[in-house]
Amino acid sequence: MVGFLLNRLLQIAIVMFIVIAIAFSMFTYLGDPLVAILGADSTPAQRAALRAELGLDRPIIVQFVSYIGNVLSGDFGISYRLGRPVGAVLAERFPATFELAVSGMLIAVVFGIPAGVYAAIYKNRISSRIIMGASLFGISLPSFFMGVLLIWIFSVNLMWLPSYGRGTTVDIAGWKTGLLTLDGLRALLMPALTIAVFQIAMIMRLVRAEMLEVLRTDYIRFARARGLSERSVNFRHALRNTLIPVVTVVGVQLGSVIAFAVITEAVFQWPGLGLLFLQSVAAADVSMMAAYLIVIAALFVFINLIVDLLYFAIDPRISISSGKG
Amino acid sequence: MSETDKTSSNPNVPSASVWAKLRAAVYKYDLLYEFSRSPSAIVASFLMLLFALAAAFPDLVAPYPVFDLAALRLEDAFLPPAWLPEGDYRYPLGTDDQGRDMISAIIYGLRVSLFVGLGGVALAICIGVSVGLIAGYVGGITDSILMRVADIQLTFPAILIAVMIDGVSRAAFGASAHEEIAAFVLIVAIGLSGWVQYARAVRGATMVERRQDYVAAARLIGVRTGTILFSHIMPNVMTSVLVIGTIHLAIAVILEATLSFVGLGIPPTEPSLGTLIRIGNSYLLSGEWWIAIMPGAALLILVLSINLLGDFLRDALNPRLK
Repeated sequence: MVGFLLNRLLQIAIVMFIVIAIAFSMFTYLGDPLVAILGADSTPAQRAALRAELGLDRPIIVQFVSYIGNVLSGDFGISYRLGRPVGAVLAERFPATFELAVSGMLIAVVFGIPAGVYAAIYKNRISSRIIMGASLFGISLPSFFMGVLLIWIFSVNLMWLPSYGRGTTVDIAGWKTGLLTLDGLRALLMPALTIAVFQIAMIMRLVRAEMLEVLRTDYIRFARARGLSERSVNFRHALRNTLIPVVTVVGVQLGSVIAFAVITEAVFQWPGLGLLFLQSVAAADVSMMAAYLIVIAALFVFINLIVDLLYFAIDPRISISSGKG
Repeated sequence: MSETDKTSSNPNVPSASVWAKLRAAVYKYDLLYEFSRSPSAIVASFLMLLFALAAAFPDLVAPYPVFDLAALRLEDAFLPPAWLPEGDYRYPLGTDDQGRDMISAIIYGLRVSLFVGLGGVALAICIGVSVGLIAGYVGGITDSILMRVADIQLTFPAILIAVMIDGVSRAAFGASAHEEIAAFVLIVAIGLSGWVQYARAVRGATMVERRQDYVAAARLIGVRTGTILFSHIMPNVMTSVLVIGTIHLAIAVILEATLSFVGLGIPPTEPSLGTLIRIGNSYLLSGEWWIAIMPGAALLILVLSINLLGDFLRDALNPRLK
């Protein structure tokens, strides 16, 4: 366990080092921060002064080391587009994305897992086939188009829900939450559903496939032979073994939901990290792109580590091959 | 299925071409029989054929040359689909903000979407199959490094990698130059974000193949390693690539549409399906719904039929389900 943890931490350090190096080289080789900050009509003297002030005249290695130091202390520089510290902007936007991603994932798990279990246990029923067909629809529907459809139905035609924004938010110790007002919840509903539809389809197809695999194994047959009730076989034996891979996927999917949030946030003008990232990419705001890259990578790596540790908690057999990671 | 065909494409003959191998797989897994028993696969491939023809010959299929500026009819703008009261029978699915026929716009958009999707998949296959063959055949430290890179990349969703590549190229080439090469940037973005699945599958299959006698024989008579990899082993590991490729095409088309929708992909001068939906989205709130919904429906049907075909191939080519 300790060896595994050390191995993983080393791997994380390597990944983060590579990501920071990529971010740094974006900074260094893409665009010109001097022009971005001073404007195109600045004089050479002004640029030279700013270059010295920003430390861009130092050797590249020194710059890189000081960049790593800055990143570790949460200093990502100034956004070219907004002219504000990147770290502060990211921190301000994070709650919106977090609430969106977690509520979307919650909806997906609540519907996806039971639907998958049902489709596996009763795989020959008509209702299971309908569920499977619907899930194929779910993965084929691009999430941005899902958002457009929802807006068209519920905002334009029925006029039930707002088509953009977060509604009213409440500030709790710097964390702006939309979960405490009715307005905020109404605004959250469609974006969260947009995220959830693809995930429901993914999770249920996965749960079904895993569960069918488990139901085929010998110990399930043996459990049946022992005369255990169908309920006990399905839920106490099969489901428990199905959940191990499902936990991984849900964990990994949480990462991809944060990525998908980019799209959903664009459709609903949701003021989170994703929308910020897209606006930064469109404006070639390199400092913001680099910071987003590092923050998202750190988040993913962290989520993956948690998932790996959960593995140990759920399935004690895994410790046998702990060295492999 | 004639007897002569069956022997000439015997799956046990190792160094036949990729094409012959795929034909052999058709017989080995009784693909034609399975196909005839699967209504969804038949409908899906019929639709795919339709889409492919429309995309290949848009000038013949599309009723109007919509992206010819001389043919613009601004007085016909915002006409709803023909079955609505204000609709016009000349434009069955209505017209957009500049009086362009929606059907024609969708057909031309389909062409761009499929071109980018297929290009991206082809690039991903080239990278993924090469990496997989090399990693699986050489093994050792090369294998560990390549697969670790693949693992790391797999942690990041394709969409983020693609957006990042787009952003980097935008910063590197400038916004106006970027518009001209947008399709190729997208192909690169899709290719670089999607190769890992192929590499993993091919690596696994190669590790099995490299222990076969025919590989040992080829080495013994001094065939070059490159030739062994690409003409002897590769044809034998392509069945899984076919399955992954079909499913990846659906993902690639969605990826292209998504990037174009958020304004990072194909510019509106020669729109793809995603760009069309983006254009239509700005009229959604004012009630001209068909400008966004029609291209969206086309996109949905396209992706759905690719996915249906992919599901069919996966089940039909999976020996464990037999």
